Amino acid sequence: MDLLYKAIADNQLVAAFATVGILLWISGYLSRHIFRGRIQGSAIAILGGLALAYWGGVLTGRTRGLSDVTGFAGLALMGGTMMRDFCIVATASEVRVSEAKKAGWLGLLALLLGTVLPFVVGVAVARAYGYTDPVALTTIGAGAVTYIVGPVTGAAIGASSDVMALSIATGVIKAILVMIFTPFLARFMRLDNPQAAMVFGGLAGTVSGVSAGLAATDRRLVPYGALVATFHTGLGCLMGPSVLFLIVKAIY
Amino acid sequence: MVILGTTLLALCYLLGIMIGDALGSLIGVKANVGGVGFAMMLLIGSLHYLHERGLMTVGAERGITFWAAMYIPVVVAMAATQNVLVAFKSGMVAVLGAAGSVVVCACVISLFNRVIERRGVDPAWQNTMSSAEIK
Repeated sequence: MDLLYKAIADNQLVAAFATVGILLWISGYLSRHIFRGRIQGSAIAILGGLALAYWGGVLTGRTRGLSDVTGFAGLALMGGTMMRDFCIVATASEVRVSEAKKAGWLGLLALLLGTVLPFVVGVAVARAYGYTDPVALTTIGAGAVTYIVGPVTGAAIGASSDVMALSIATGVIKAILVMIFTPFLARFMRLDNPQAAMVFGGLAGTVSGVSAGLAATDRRLVPYGALVATFHTGLGCLMGPSVLFLIVKAIY
Repeated sequence: MVILGTTLLALCYLLGIMIGDALGSLIGVKANVGGVGFAMMLLIGSLHYLHERGLMTVGAERGITFWAAMYIPVVVAMAATQNVLVAFKSGMVAVLGAAGSVVVCACVISLFNRVIERRGVDPAWQNTMSSAEIK
């Protein structure tokens, strides 16, 4: 047992490969034999990952899910921004340019709406719960765009730390909801072709939510959605502290 | 050589991130603006260029497709490192704000994609779709 602990502790990233591989293997088995292919193996694996992240949080009381548990730290590197973005770029090798071009202005419009709509909803909810300060309203609204736009906006306009925390939480919940519900809403959203995936990428926002949601729906749609979603955070960080803040300030 | 494909991928990635950072500081935003998107476009462009000139070997291609295939495992690892606990514990403002925006966006996506569907989806895509499923 000590030998196993030492092997894992000294080789965290390799241990993470093994952990994720086993999780995917179990999910594939469940998908085929229990759900008879109705739910994709990757969708089950992502849900399993989220459940393990919850368990890790309960166990350690820290913020990085299962990777805070001893022996699973390698997951933080494997599932971190660097590896995620590197693999997303690799999927671009499967993009058919003719398909991507067709989305054109529709993708751009989706991107714009994907910033404004969540912001409006976020501000409205915060207002309903008694927030009246434009800085707090803007920060919470920006959090509903993505969990990066929230704190960046909040820092730029000088929000307090509890409002920032609330803003980040809003963004994290949104990303998790997108991960969980995309495969179930795929038929309703007509998410079955590259153009639709690009519209989805623009409107659903958060690279993490979009990439996991599409992975659980149809792996081949991932690069199209990611191509648009990657501009989402940038646009949000651009509009949040400027245009959107000024509008909120003018209203309240 | 396999590594050459990975090298191309890595160079596109780094260059894309640099463009994203430069664009971010140019417009005064403390974030990377579309770095991954630029990297993807660079990779698509360079692959197209190399394919046309027959410079892309099977081995080099494998150095890229491996990482594309690692995508789902990486996303599963990402899911396992999310701060799910805070999502459960946070107040109603965060939950309603997030759920509301997801619902609104899902409806708008549905609307957009029904418009696309009416314009007609490329039959070639649907053919590849069904053949991939058969495989």
